[in-house]
Amino acid sequence: MRRSMLFLPGNNPNMLINASTLGADSVIFDLEDAVSPAEKDAARILVRNTMRYMDLAGCEVIVRINSVDTDYWRKDIDVILPEKPGLILLPKTSTPEDALTAASYIDEAEERFGIPKGTVGLMPLIETALGVENAFAIASSCDRVKALFLGAEDLTADLQCKRTKEGREIEYARTRLVVAARAAGVDVYDTPFTDVNDDEGIVVDANVAKALGFTGKASISPRHVEVINDVFSPTGAEIDYAYEVMDAIALAKAQGKGAIALHGKMIDAPIVARAERTISMAKALGMDRREGNE
Amino acid sequence: MDIQKRASAGTMESSDAYIEIEPGNGALQIQIESVVEKQFGQAIRVAVEDVLKGYGVDNASVHVVDRGALECVIRARVETAVLRGKGEA
Amino acid sequence: MNKLVKSIKEAIQLAGLKDGMTVSFHHHLRNGDYVLNMVMDEIAGLGIRDLTVNASSLFDVHLPLIDHIKNKVVTSVAADYIAAGLGKAFSIGIMDNPVQFRTHGGRPSDIAQGKTPIDVAFIAAPSADVMGNCSGKYGKSACGSLGYAFADAMYAKKVVVITDNLMPYPMEGWSISEDYIDYVVEVDAIGDPKGIVSGTTKITRDPVGLVMASHAAKVIEASGLLKDGFSFQTGAGGASLAAAKFLKDIMLEKNIKGSFGLGGITGYMVDMLKAGCFRSLLDVQCFDLDAVESIKNDPRHQEISAMQYASPTSRSAAVDSLDVVILGATEIDTDFNINVHTDSNGYIMGGSGGHSDTAAGAKLSMIIAPMFRARLPIVTDKVTCISTPGKDIDVLVTQGGIAVNPNKVELRQRLADAGLPVVDIMELKEKTERITGRPDRLPKGDRVVAEVISRYGDIQDKIYNVVE
Repeated sequence: MRRSMLFLPGNNPNMLINASTLGADSVIFDLEDAVSPAEKDAARILVRNTMRYMDLAGCEVIVRINSVDTDYWRKDIDVILPEKPGLILLPKTSTPEDALTAASYIDEAEERFGIPKGTVGLMPLIETALGVENAFAIASSCDRVKALFLGAEDLTADLQCKRTKEGREIEYARTRLVVAARAAGVDVYDTPFTDVNDDEGIVVDANVAKALGFTGKASISPRHVEVINDVFSPTGAEIDYAYEVMDAIALAKAQGKGAIALHGKMIDAPIVARAERTISMAKALGMDRREGNE
Repeated sequence: MDIQKRASAGTMESSDAYIEIEPGNGALQIQIESVVEKQFGQAIRVAVEDVLKGYGVDNASVHVVDRGALECVIRARVETAVLRGKGEA
Repeated sequence: MNKLVKSIKEAIQLAGLKDGMTVSFHHHLRNGDYVLNMVMDEIAGLGIRDLTVNASSLFDVHLPLIDHIKNKVVTSVAADYIAAGLGKAFSIGIMDNPVQFRTHGGRPSDIAQGKTPIDVAFIAAPSADVMGNCSGKYGKSACGSLGYAFADAMYAKKVVVITDNLMPYPMEGWSISEDYIDYVVEVDAIGDPKGIVSGTTKITRDPVGLVMASHAAKVIEASGLLKDGFSFQTGAGGASLAAAKFLKDIMLEKNIKGSFGLGGITGYMVDMLKAGCFRSLLDVQCFDLDAVESIKNDPRHQEISAMQYASPTSRSAAVDSLDVVILGATEIDTDFNINVHTDSNGYIMGGSGGHSDTAAGAKLSMIIAPMFRARLPIVTDKVTCISTPGKDIDVLVTQGGIAVNPNKVELRQRLADAGLPVVDIMELKEKTERITGRPDRLPKGDRVVAEVISRYGDIQDKIYNVVE
């Protein structure tokens, strides 16, 4: 489960060693923008050691490597892969070829390190206009791609527009990415809300992302993590509804009925799938009131 | 390969360590300053020696300024300094 | 009658200060204070020796005191808090007599009870009139409250007010009144405003601090104490302030009207007052400019003496009506004893201040501290020094979990029910040591350099010299 993803600078020991206590479902150890060119080597080793020696139980580690147009990304993979990150976040993915370039190197590296093929997933970071237009092709480029990730800061620069709190300028990219990811059968994560002092803004922004269909949302502040977790957790009403759906199905099965209606609405396969997802998430979060009552 | 040149790694920030390494005069010399010298001085020395040994460094002068770094951080900084000193960074 | 004398030297002479006597100072000018050094230099110049300095706190601006100790002008020191630079000198053992540490409540209590008589009190006053009515609220060196100076003024045999803002008699809005004052001295400056109050204290941006603050606010919410009439004190540390900010959000959201905010007051507490979270602030000391402005202008923001704040022998003290206090710690042991006197190497670098007074009085006393600082675990088997006894500490909030004192069964249940990450303190210690490694224990010196006197007057612990 990845509701929240928290970016942490890859060369900052104090941040990395506390990664698992910051409340995020996943942390993103950043080897790219947060690390100056002169410290790329140091950050790589520090991130590797943190993953190797620290018990980060309960917190998935994602590593943002450098983009495939740099001299760093292969080395990043060489050093990080043996620690089996949950995902590798590949910045500036603009074409399916970018994703495939990284994916085939990961194939090779997994073999080299004796890691079962396909262990480490790839999450292309879509942050260029071309990337947005290629979103579906990127998402479906290979099995290793597990999710798309929207990066609005670089994208708005590329679009030659201003990044705003309201986010009108990224509406198209957001919906486009959600559709592309869902069409390819992968998850999709929203860009961070960057004003760390705006406590109301983050609530609005996270709700927009959830309403559009994002699986979760990244953040650059642990203060936002809590809000994001709340927003992307199922609500009590959603959990209740999910159980109603499952009950209705069980009842229909028992009665040998094919078509089922609940509150005057037909229950079809996608609704059932969503109900199952909601219940499994509720269980994972200890929010499953029904189980608690029994 | 031995340490070829003077190199450094890490920072003086809290929870970090700053390492300087340079070619030695025939032996390994390790000097450690730490804010937690009394509590972890020995543990730090062991960790530093272990990383150096792992890279076969036995002729170098190493200076560690520890600002309360965890062992995994000290190890990372020493390794980075060694690789930089060997010209492999 | 003329109380105005032309110099500090003359005031000292008129007050009859002699060898072996006790002089006292307050610490409202904090690290910007000039007065203690000016007075001690004059005393030394007059050849007076073997004095006891009883100061509510000592800061590193007072490092010249070391020379007076070496020269035997000062042979005994009592304080509630001693900053790290001076603390190190005491820890090395520059003085034969151990420092006497008291609490902010214990000090005025002992003064009032005659246990620690003061011969001459020197009161730095940001404004005063010629008869000695004085206040901290006005003037270029304004510090706000003069709470810690009241006991000195009321009980010292002779009282000297030293001001850099002499006002016509009678000044408006005095705190300490002329009937306690013997002499008034005007000087160019009593302190450096930059060191007296800080600008607006910023909420921490440190992720760990924010996580702890968020936990802390939720602990308060879940404690059952957060309801109309709620009262609260917090320190000026980054995470404590962030906790106050988060608490404010909860109080506003739930429309909870508290009664009072207490203690050293910061702009964040002033914000809470303005937002309607409290009916009043009871202020023994101002930490920043916003607090000074507020105590000057807002009648709901009231100055209190250290006796009203925390004295165990007052007929009542505000700490006894306190619901929640958030406190810090350099070490906490598995019995919940707290050390705020020494650093982990054993050097003096603090003191109880109001720590044990508020912990004893508050219904919920909470420690906020990271699991480890610079590789040193916060939870130890046994603290280097017991500043506040564990029986008065209810909960420890770290980023890695919340430990509840086993004597607080109901609280533990409430926090667990609220879904907060409650852990056993032993478990927290082990978890931390898995991250940091287990620290080697320090060799303990063989000489007592300080005695920690509890708020009730007994010797609670001793601090030994550091073996360098």
